[in-house]
Amino acid sequence: MFDVKKIRADFPILSQEIYGKPLVYLDNAATTQKPQCVIDAVSHYYEHDNANVHRGVHALSERATADYEAARKIIAGFFNARSEREVIFTRGTTEAINLIASSWGGANIKAGDEVLITHMEHHSNIVPWQMLCNHVGATLKVAPINDAGELIMDAFDSLLSERTRLVGVVHMSNALGTINPIESIIEKAHAVGAKVLIDGAQAAAHLAVDVQTLDCDFYVTSAHKMYGPTGIGVLIGKESILETMPPYQGGGDMIRMVTFEKTEYNDLPYKFEAGTPHIAGAIGFGKAIEYIQNIGFAAIGRREKELLRYATNKAEVFNGLRQIGTARDKACVLSFVMDSVHPHDLGTIVDRDGVAIRAGHHCAMPVMQFFNVPATARASFSIYNTEGEVDALFAALKKAQDIFA
Amino acid sequence: MFDLRDLYLQVIVDHNKAPRNFGVLKKYNRDADGYNPLCGDKLHVYVHVNDDHIIEDISFEGEGCAISVASASLMTEALKGKPISEFPDSFERFQHMVTSDINEDPDEEKLGKLAVLAGVREFPSRIKCAVLCWHTLKSAVEDSHEIAKTE
Ligand SMILES: Cc1ncc(COP(=O)(O)O)c(C=O)c1O
Repeated sequence: MFDVKKIRADFPILSQEIYGKPLVYLDNAATTQKPQCVIDAVSHYYEHDNANVHRGVHALSERATADYEAARKIIAGFFNARSEREVIFTRGTTEAINLIASSWGGANIKAGDEVLITHMEHHSNIVPWQMLCNHVGATLKVAPINDAGELIMDAFDSLLSERTRLVGVVHMSNALGTINPIESIIEKAHAVGAKVLIDGAQAAAHLAVDVQTLDCDFYVTSAHKMYGPTGIGVLIGKESILETMPPYQGGGDMIRMVTFEKTEYNDLPYKFEAGTPHIAGAIGFGKAIEYIQNIGFAAIGRREKELLRYATNKAEVFNGLRQIGTARDKACVLSFVMDSVHPHDLGTIVDRDGVAIRAGHHCAMPVMQFFNVPATARASFSIYNTEGEVDALFAALKKAQDIFA
Repeated sequence: MFDLRDLYLQVIVDHNKAPRNFGVLKKYNRDADGYNPLCGDKLHVYVHVNDDHIIEDISFEGEGCAISVASASLMTEALKGKPISEFPDSFERFQHMVTSDINEDPDEEKLGKLAVLAGVREFPSRIKCAVLCWHTLKSAVEDSHEIAKTE
């Protein structure tokens, strides 16, 4: 049984007041809050086990290394990677995409080749490809979206060709909530010989992901959007591809043998983990994943659908509100604009009622351009949000309307 | 506690709804673009400075939140007819007002109606909205062709 009260009690930050009102945290697409078990895992590491990993023979270093590697194992299991060698820690989604663009892209994308992305990508899945394409003389192609904020699959199909080297697609859009049909995208991309990168920054906390069933080449995400710490994320890549890729950064940990003449690189996954990693972050990430596993995606999916439906029903009858992003398959995100109130003013006004939402372009300026709005207001939901909080949001929106009436 | 009504004063709401000096000037000799990347506010300011170095006419167009639109509207009202030589002082005075300590009362005598924007001090993320037009005008007056930003 899904017990929201019990779940809320796991998140100490939620019980505070903002300007004398209970905090209503609806900015989960930006980052989620952290349960006590994650906070405890991070402080336990610093209080008891802090040491560098992979390089000490002393007890602390062995404990730190064991916990760091245990986190990798939890993550491998969660995404059903073939082995821990396919799990590379990064600073987050952004660094993971840059790693792929620089290492895999640098070696495999040549002048005349094409990279295909979609119109709903986050800037972090646009700019690295733009940079690479400019550098090597390749072409960036963009698959269009429709008025509901869904990928137009016919157009996607016709943009895909044997020139396409890589397809980069967001699993779930942070600006619109759209869930993309990545199974068929991966199948189609593979049929023309392209590799596929899935940006799972938003999706990984809401949808079960099995990289083997999906057969995706690269899946990337950030811990901080999955109840874990900031500054840590992961790249799950097929071992057969990672093996062929040159290192991303050089330094300690990524080597086996160094002389001034030549360096022999370490095995996977360490080849891509130069320098002292975010050890506490990785341990917290592992704990966050266990937290998700304990609740289970069946329960999470059911609950989040229920809450989105509740919020969407309210949005549909709210005078002067226009939803941005009404895909049939969507999750957890209510993006909107209002006739009389600019999103930025909305954000400020509802904040005074304790309601935290995001106002802006959500790092997806092309999406704003498509819908011809300068910005949107966005409420994004998580497992700990309640119907009462959705009511508080709409009451605050009404107040904003009254101020500008 | 600081109330929302202190930020969204009626004057600000009015200027947002019906901005003064909105649109392109028929005749202008300075203009500049301003952009606030955080919220997507975009402004363009037009100024006509006559032979006596007076701001004979001034206008703006663009889109933005209530604070940035009202601020631009109030700015154009405040500066129209003033000598261009006074602009640096006006700029500094406004900049000081929106960044000074909350307990410091704005100099209403010198600031006039602009003092209604003193409330943004309580809302740090909104200060940029209030100063965007001023930075934009500054780059127009200084004739730099760079897009003004409020960083
Ligand atoms: C869809 C999507 N992709 C990528 C990112 C970038 O993630 P990070 O900033 O954690 O690297 C985000 C986060 O805002 C996102 O929502």
